[in-house]
Amino acid sequence: MQAFLDTLLGDAAGLERQLGYLAGMVVFGAVVVFGFVLPFAGIVTWAERRIWARIQSRVGPNRVGPFGFLQWLADGVKNILKEDIIPTVADRPLFRFAPYVVMVGFVGAFVCVPFSGDLIIADLNIGILYITAVTSLVVVGILMAGWSSNNRWSLLGGIRAATQIISYEIPASLAIFPAVLLSGTLSMQGIIGEQGAAPWQWHMFHSPFTLLGFGLFFTAALAEGNRTPFDLAEAESELVAGFATEYSGMRSTLFFMAEWGNLYVIGALVTTLYLGGWQVPQFTYNPVLMNLAQVGVFMGKSLACVFFMIWLRATLPRVRVDQLMAMCWKYMVPLAMLSVLGTATMMVALPNGSHTLRMATFAVVVGVVIRFAFKVRFHLKRARKLDYTSLSPGASQGLSS
Amino acid sequence: MSELVFYLLAAITVLCALGVITRPNPVHSALFLVMTLFMLAVFYIILEAHLVAALQIIVYAGAVMVLFLFVITLLNLKGDPDEPAHPLLRIVAYAVAATLAAGVAIVLMGDAGVVPGGAGAGAVLAEGFGGTRALARILFTDYLVAFELTSVLLLVAVVGAVVLAQREPVAEAPLTETGEDA
Amino acid sequence: MVGPAHFMALSAALFFIGAAGVATRRNIVVIFMSVELMLNAANLAFVAVARGLGTMEGQVIVFFVMTLAAAEAAVGLAVILAMFRNRQTVDAGEISLLKW
Repeated sequence: MQAFLDTLLGDAAGLERQLGYLAGMVVFGAVVVFGFVLPFAGIVTWAERRIWARIQSRVGPNRVGPFGFLQWLADGVKNILKEDIIPTVADRPLFRFAPYVVMVGFVGAFVCVPFSGDLIIADLNIGILYITAVTSLVVVGILMAGWSSNNRWSLLGGIRAATQIISYEIPASLAIFPAVLLSGTLSMQGIIGEQGAAPWQWHMFHSPFTLLGFGLFFTAALAEGNRTPFDLAEAESELVAGFATEYSGMRSTLFFMAEWGNLYVIGALVTTLYLGGWQVPQFTYNPVLMNLAQVGVFMGKSLACVFFMIWLRATLPRVRVDQLMAMCWKYMVPLAMLSVLGTATMMVALPNGSHTLRMATFAVVVGVVIRFAFKVRFHLKRARKLDYTSLSPGASQGLSS
Repeated sequence: MSELVFYLLAAITVLCALGVITRPNPVHSALFLVMTLFMLAVFYIILEAHLVAALQIIVYAGAVMVLFLFVITLLNLKGDPDEPAHPLLRIVAYAVAATLAAGVAIVLMGDAGVVPGGAGAGAVLAEGFGGTRALARILFTDYLVAFELTSVLLLVAVVGAVVLAQREPVAEAPLTETGEDA
Repeated sequence: MVGPAHFMALSAALFFIGAAGVATRRNIVVIFMSVELMLNAANLAFVAVARGLGTMEGQVIVFFVMTLAAAEAAVGLAVILAMFRNRQTVDAGEISLLKW
């Protein structure tokens, strides 16, 4: 950010320069929050419904705007106009305050999201640790919401969500370390700077251990974000809507905005740590063009992660509570430790890394992905042959959304 | 940093701390404590202890306080009367605490030089002070034994907590689905 | 001019607020939280002195205190849970079996 502003500010000096920096950061922060984060959270809800519909052979929302694209806006306006109900037995101040705590924890993470080489609100030297810290505030907000609603479903949902988040924080934090070890820094830009533009130069393919770290981080981040298959906190069949049961109108929208916006934070973190971040080959010396290309690459990678998460939600069933905890403590924590220790051992054994190993890991992953793609194609082809028209009208009614 | 900012932040911190000890509802106390701890993290950043500030939020706001909130909500500890044994006790305790705090503060802020480096804004700092590298270097050299012992302490704490909080003795393990002993 | 002495004074204030909490409250969870407040006041003093001297030792000690506090919270809350299960109370005044 600093360097980018330097190019814009030219040769202003002293106080003017400081004010320029401050204004630049505030404007960029506001642009990120209001121009990107909040609409993004809305658009993801639309994208998610469309993608699920496609996966489940339905149509999905298609009435408002082209392809139903403005559905999120219509929903947002509707939610703002709804009455904001506060139960009489609720703890009023806490009940009103809880959604904001959750929002702070979610929006605060964007301070350290590196959109390109220069576009980051603040490249803190403890960047990734900072993100872990602010996102852990979400737990407090969720417990506040669950307890202050004075409703047993809310309370149970809040306790479940908090248990899950603080449990999965351990494998998630441990799985950050392989990337941090390889980079030797906690700063987001520093971590990306250690990776290259080519896929085999990403941290993900450094060795099998970092590949494991990538998988663990992605899974644990999903669980931390309360996403399917780990969305027990709001399992409708058991807990109504979990900690958000008593919320209505704008306050409940804030919770859902934080949840869907979190998808992007997870995607951006995975991209930064393991998928090479904004790295593109140096094709031009024009800083604006370079930054645009970097933003494009970063967005592409993180949105691919978001798509993957939506896909998972449409495909996987929910896990049980005991399975959830067993998976975290019995499998993911030991595996994350293995990943950290393995990466450290690799770094001692091969201080410069092994190009062969990188290429081998990359080749294995590409092979698995290609095999998977063929399998998906095979099943899609087979599915088309089924004659849907033979379904009775009564049965097909359940399919339309 | 100007004095005005410091006194403003300090006033917020002290008010939150007072909230912890005066609110009758333990959940409110816990949330005030979260805010106090958050404010302390802000002070750590002002004092150039960036890593400690991040750890403060992760460990306290993210883990310890969540544990407290868990226990309070699980036991459903709201609205039970919380009066001291003697009505005078509260007034006496507050008065003694206020006197002691004021006395210590006056001594510390006087210019006798009680606090090392306290006369000015503090010592001239080395490059990277308060960062991960500086903390890790001293932690893994001079304080290595203490660090390793801390890990033992944590292990003992985990085992102790599990043993204490366990509902049933270990011998009476629940039956498996097939009705046989696990 | 704000220096480490100001932060030490704030730390003293927080410490005595915590002490007053321990003295006046009867809910054992709140007493426990007041103890955490006192620990944190000590942490602030350590960080302030580290800033004053320009050395990292103070921050290392804060690191250890935090670990200790985490361990203490885990064990302490487990004790409170076990106690509540046996006595159905968290009133420090009623837990007097070992009191002479």
